[in-house]
Amino acid sequence: MALVQIRDVYKTFQRDTQRIDVFTGLSLDVAQGSFTALMGPSGSGKSTLLNLIAGLDRPTSGTVRVAGADVHAMSAAQLAAWRARHIGFVFQQLNLLPVLTAYQNVELPLLLTRLSKQERAERVRVALGVVALDDRIHHYPRQLSGGQEQRVAIARAIVADPTLILLDEPTGQLDAKSSQEVLTLLQRLNSEFGKTVVIVTHDAHAADKAKTVLHLEKGALIERAAVGA
Amino acid sequence: MKIPLVYNVRSVLQRPVSTALTALGIALVVAVFIGMLALASGFRTALVRTGSDRNVLVLRRGADSELSSGLSRETASILAASPHVATGADGHPLVSPEVYVLIPLPKIFDTTQVANVVARGVSDRAWTVRSNVRVVAGRKPESGRSEICVGQRIVPRFPHTGIGETLRFAGRDWGVVCHFAAGGSAFESEIWGENEQFMPVFRGQVFQSITMRLSDPGAFDEAKRSLETDKRMTVDVHRESDFYVQQSQLLGRLLRVLAFLITGIMAIGAVFGAVNTMYAAVASRAPEIGVLLTLGFHPRSVLASFLLESAIIAAAGGAAGCLFALPINGIVTSTTNWASFSEIAFSFRVTPGLLLTGLVFAVVMGVLGGFFPARRAARVPVVQAIR
Repeated sequence: MALVQIRDVYKTFQRDTQRIDVFTGLSLDVAQGSFTALMGPSGSGKSTLLNLIAGLDRPTSGTVRVAGADVHAMSAAQLAAWRARHIGFVFQQLNLLPVLTAYQNVELPLLLTRLSKQERAERVRVALGVVALDDRIHHYPRQLSGGQEQRVAIARAIVADPTLILLDEPTGQLDAKSSQEVLTLLQRLNSEFGKTVVIVTHDAHAADKAKTVLHLEKGALIERAAVGA
Repeated sequence: MKIPLVYNVRSVLQRPVSTALTALGIALVVAVFIGMLALASGFRTALVRTGSDRNVLVLRRGADSELSSGLSRETASILAASPHVATGADGHPLVSPEVYVLIPLPKIFDTTQVANVVARGVSDRAWTVRSNVRVVAGRKPESGRSEICVGQRIVPRFPHTGIGETLRFAGRDWGVVCHFAAGGSAFESEIWGENEQFMPVFRGQVFQSITMRLSDPGAFDEAKRSLETDKRMTVDVHRESDFYVQQSQLLGRLLRVLAFLITGIMAIGAVFGAVNTMYAAVASRAPEIGVLLTLGFHPRSVLASFLLESAIIAAAGGAAGCLFALPINGIVTSTTNWASFSEIAFSFRVTPGLLLTGLVFAVVMGVLGGFFPARRAARVPVVQAIR
């Protein structure tokens, strides 16, 4: 069953007088419980696609349906509430608020729920435990390595138990070892916890961890491959 | 629940210099604001404390001040016989017919500057009628002698006002025999002598006002009606407290208007300082704003968060402004009361209410200064912010 359904999506940017067509009728599905890697050269529309799925951007036309919700048709207020419930998002960098500790950063999505302080604390500890950073709870981002920062960001992305985890080049700024740790963690989230994961990456090693790889080029889906198939 | 307060507090501390400068600007405005209102408050309080609800002040009909009034001895006798007048322990009516004149005296710090000081000729009953007046040094002037008692507020401001010294005015030498206090009221800016001594050297056989204690303070309206309709005299009857409050209004209002005008102009500068600081904060934290919006925080929460941050900076500035203003509390200054053209010395009064007003003013400046930057933060396109 498709958790994400994208149908006939057009996305056009206007830069000064230049019109840039990123997508011209893109359609694709992402299955529930899948681990999908979006690959392609720079400018192929990978990040734009991720932003459309997360409701951070709107298609010029076409529909984006995620977990039964018409994301393309929601108001800004509806999108904010919807994202809080359904989306965990990890950026390439600058994920964490520098003035908050790891604990406080991870707690942020839970502040949008009705959980009590005690319940929030429990969830934060579990999430930081999953990413093996329960000994760094009170550290500030500046006191963490790049890999640890990304793992905190992943803990924040999963702490509210979202429907979908989206990651935009999460290993792009990491060394090989940290990269491997993050990818292994994502694999575990998918296989062990059943989370649906969509990752944008340039890294072939990262894509190897995914179950499905989608290749985009000039806004078009040119290849869909099942890894190991 | 919204964006945690700790995020704003720590973000403010992350940029101490710009925050401190913005807060300092607001602090100065608040300090000036409180200072000017403390001046107005001190002036008003001095006059409000001058009058008593239990006393009535009688002036010639149509006179708007003691200076322009004139009452005969006959009027004084009629009033003393009124059933509305309270009597003292000795059975005599508590009435004080008074001479009120302004005398020019050189100031102690600059003898080329002259100020008009009230010389009030009182009866020996005045010390009882004005229950807040008491001699703090020396002894009361004796009847029939050229002796005066000087209000303690003006002692340090005019020469020859020390006990034992001689002050010359109206062509005579007057021996200073006491200093008196009057609960911080305008009486403390006056010189008191015996009315019978002042009459011949000043304005002849007329009193300027007659103050008397009411036998029943609740029966003021009845006493007023009775005395003002007495065909033997043409007088206006004022409750003493109301009269002095009215005397404070012209200058008091002007001081308040000046306070709001001057600090209003200064506040514009401080608000722009806050605007600048908050725009810089929003620009440098665009990725953080993007993260918050991505996590699902409503744009309204982002707006509230940045407004709060601006308000925190302003409140800190306001608190500092209050601290800057506190030391002026109690400092004695003087000015000319436009209602009587006389010098009045009074203390700056920094009250808890004024401090609170200053704090509220600071927060208002912060919110005004933070609004447009906060609105920009709330409207940041997420995709652009996280790029």
